[in-house]
Amino acid sequence: MKTYLVKRLLQIIPTLLGITLITFLIIQLSPGNPAMLKLKMASEGQVSENAISQQIVEQTKKLYGLDKPIPVQYLLWVKRVFTFDFGNSYKDHRKVWDKIAERLPVTLQLNIISILLVYLIAIPCGIYSATHCGTWQDRMLTVSFFILYSLPSFWIAVLLIMLLGGGDFWDVFPVYGISSIGAESLSLSAWLRDRLWHLILPVACLTYGSLAYLSRLARSGILEVIREDYIRTARAKGLKERVVIYKHALRNALLPIVTLLAFLLPGMFGGSVIIESIFSIPGMGQLSFEAVLSRDYPVIMAITTISALLTLVGLLLSDILYAALDPRIKLE
Amino acid sequence: MGEARERRTYWQMVWHHFRRRRLAMVGLWVSVALFVVALLAPVLANDRPLLLRYQGHWHCPLWSHEEGIGLDTWKELREQMGPDDFALWPLISYSPTEYNLLENLEPPSPRHWFGTDDSGRDVLSRMIYGARISLSVGFLAVGIALVIGIFLGALAGYFGGWIDDVISRVIEILLTIPTFFLIITIIAFLPPSIYNIMVVIGLTGWTGVARFVRAEFLKLKRLDFVLASRALGASNARIIFLHMLPNAMAPVLVSAVFGIAGAILTESALSFLGFGVPPPTPSWGDILSQSRDYIEFAWWLTTFPGLAIFLSITAYNLVGEGLRDAMDPRLFT
Repeated sequence: MKTYLVKRLLQIIPTLLGITLITFLIIQLSPGNPAMLKLKMASEGQVSENAISQQIVEQTKKLYGLDKPIPVQYLLWVKRVFTFDFGNSYKDHRKVWDKIAERLPVTLQLNIISILLVYLIAIPCGIYSATHCGTWQDRMLTVSFFILYSLPSFWIAVLLIMLLGGGDFWDVFPVYGISSIGAESLSLSAWLRDRLWHLILPVACLTYGSLAYLSRLARSGILEVIREDYIRTARAKGLKERVVIYKHALRNALLPIVTLLAFLLPGMFGGSVIIESIFSIPGMGQLSFEAVLSRDYPVIMAITTISALLTLVGLLLSDILYAALDPRIKLE
Repeated sequence: MGEARERRTYWQMVWHHFRRRRLAMVGLWVSVALFVVALLAPVLANDRPLLLRYQGHWHCPLWSHEEGIGLDTWKELREQMGPDDFALWPLISYSPTEYNLLENLEPPSPRHWFGTDDSGRDVLSRMIYGARISLSVGFLAVGIALVIGIFLGALAGYFGGWIDDVISRVIEILLTIPTFFLIITIIAFLPPSIYNIMVVIGLTGWTGVARFVRAEFLKLKRLDFVLASRALGASNARIIFLHMLPNAMAPVLVSAVFGIAGAILTESALSFLGFGVPPPTPSWGDILSQSRDYIEFAWWLTTFPGLAIFLSITAYNLVGEGLRDAMDPRLFT
């Protein structure tokens, strides 16, 4: 176990460097970069934009040292990443960290609720489907999860807003932001209800895709395990079906699904970008979308780097957890 | 009977299992139909007739210009047609870019089956041409991803050692970076064009293929036929591409089909957010994004393009799922 841990931790180093390299490539696309300028001029030759972007070009040059040779630029960038120094936003000149700190809780709120819902619904559904394999209930669940899995979330979001957001159809849910105007002065219970009311649609849109994906995985995972010899042994020695399923089968079947969490995170972030901008929710997703639109380089770089680092930590944890819990994994 | 079964090739057996899955076949037919619609878009929806007899001459307007026939625009043709003239109009007689501000935001009607958008363009016509964008992005992005994924996955699995280490690290790095945000960022800074979208989706989407090919090559390289061809003096390239790759194609094909669904989804999400193909070109995500401005009433702008995205993704997912099940080695015993 110890050697595995050491080996796995050592593997992080090249990955970290790779992340800085990819984000560095994004800097090379930035407005201050000579290569990018040439590309832009060749493709459009716009004059009107030049006056505005000149200031941005200068700022970017200063921030990332774009007038220096490329190896020096890269080293400067690595230093920034490891000291978490991402500079100030171009848009309002506030510290990037402050902007992120103010947006992060909202996104966490959305995504934690969504992840909890995903696991709380997906695993029972998967178990039910697998233990009732072939019945009409199973077939119905399978088909509906398949459909949910293929439904684009931005379409569902727009449809829900159209149908339930107070247009020509029904007016059930608020479709703007995460609280009503003046919500701060409400009592705690009223505030909670208001917040919940605002969160229902966006959380639903964020949840159903992963939910469908995960319960399909849970179903096939359990079905796979149920075919194995040790389950037959457990049944043969007369254990109750409940014990066979919940004690013996589930432990092995659900492990990969729980550790899958780390892989879900980047996708959820991508989902937040779309859903938050549709519902005007002031979270990280909207921040990153706005940053891309206004070419706010420091914010883009900070968000990309931080989310990559967080996912890396998640992957690492899930690998270690997996190795620790599943003795079948060979620890070289 | 037994002899006949033995003579079937692997792919014939896969097809045999595949065609027995009804949903997979439905998916296949829907994707074929979408392909045909995309291919025949100018014949299905156009503002010019397919065949025209005008002032005593026959024309095929798909290949000729209005000036050659003696018209300023195709729109006047309808008024100028004499009793001897004949025109065979396409099913939808509107081009995707032909606007008519007098008819903007009309709900579905016999004139405009799927309604019109805010410039009075026919939504169905735009959707038919949108299929071209979606499918070409889907196929080309996956094509790029396949080339990179197969090549790197084969190298990693065949040679192992440090080559495998390097490629596996690169895959892990791409896994950690939020792909969709990366795509938006890169697309936002490149000049708007459909080719950039294909390339960026392809460049960020090859990791799945590479992992499958690598795993398959790890299994294959221990088999006797690889040893035999090496003993015969075959070069590494020959062994990899001629002998091993055909045997590793099954999982590649499955992930390619799922990849098409994914690329179509990504393209429509990009267009929806305003990072898609440049404006006059119609795309499903773009129509859907337009609908947000008229969301209170314009249900046709929301429903139909979304349905098209959903249908095509579902079709490819069904085919992918059917293929995966049909290739399950447990069936071949």
